[in-house]
Amino acid sequence: MGQRTQQVFKIVINGMVTETNAHTLQALLDEHGYGGTRVATARNGTFVPSRVREETTLKPGDSIEVVSARQGG
Amino acid sequence: MTLRQPDLTGSKPGLKPLTLYGVELTSRMLLGTARYPSPQIMTDAVAAAQCELVTVSLRREQARGQVGNRFLELITDLGVRVLPNTAGCRTANEAITTAQMARELFACDWIKLEVIANDDTLQPDLFGLVEAANILARDGFKVFPYTTEDLGAAERLVAAGCEVLMPWGAPIGTGQGLNNRAALKSMRAYFPDTPLVIDAGIGAPSHAAAAMELGFDAVLLNTAIARAGDPIAMAQAFAGAIRAGRAAYESGLMTPRDVAAPSTPVAGTPFFDLDSSS
Repeated sequence: MGQRTQQVFKIVINGMVTETNAHTLQALLDEHGYGGTRVATARNGTFVPSRVREETTLKPGDSIEVVSARQGG
Repeated sequence: MTLRQPDLTGSKPGLKPLTLYGVELTSRMLLGTARYPSPQIMTDAVAAAQCELVTVSLRREQARGQVGNRFLELITDLGVRVLPNTAGCRTANEAITTAQMARELFACDWIKLEVIANDDTLQPDLFGLVEAANILARDGFKVFPYTTEDLGAAERLVAAGCEVLMPWGAPIGTGQGLNNRAALKSMRAYFPDTPLVIDAGIGAPSHAAAAMELGFDAVLLNTAIARAGDPIAMAQAFAGAIRAGRAAYESGLMTPRDVAAPSTPVAGTPFFDLDSSS
């Protein structure tokens, strides 16, 4: 799947600080087992469409949101 | 002789359809999918009310979680339209990003736009709301803004491209009904051709009927049904009240008077002589 850097670095996923060496957003989702779930994503408050997750590179300190469908009023 | 009774429970009550962004709906009830005792009860309540449009949301998914998939399957099986919301967003930017994520996830360009200003009242932040509505409408969204009865904000939302307005009846989840009836009447009069949906604060079928009698086009409900002792029966009760209120509005309600007027003809009343001097 996505390329990997040598270095492990810290990012924030859904508000939780996490260590990763995933180079792209898609690699991060795969690493964390989101493969089978229909999710939508944002990086640093900006929407990242699913078609560009492969080319969305991650930097230390990035804040990632991974959301799925829920009940709502 | 048998008198014909109006049917307020059937699927074809003969009322005018509701049109939202070019989509025609028979039901004038929009129903939230949250806070039910179980998914099955939610499904049964939607069916009992013959509801055609339900609200949904987005929330953080756990790693390796399947919660979202299960809910998506449940909603797909309902066979109704969805209206994703931006519930809980505090800024225009949060709401915009949430709307974009919702559009991809639900494959739907309708968005119930909420930008919340205050924790106690959950009232809309009208400044952030207008800002987000402008950007989302330009991005192709069909925006359903959760707003107040403020006409200035409403005008700006319409100018932004909103073809539907959703003023609150009362703060979300309070069940207080129509707290500012006079202002809501003004809003109805000011926007005669814009679909207006009462969103939030409805607690009882009588509140929903009152909103429909004022000429509002639909009501959006959640807590009053989901937290009822019997949500399915309550969904039917609301559906009946909404149809009754709409039928009353379309039929032309009488104007209240200050002085009594006998309904039985006065002419011919026995023992009543106009000339009391004789």
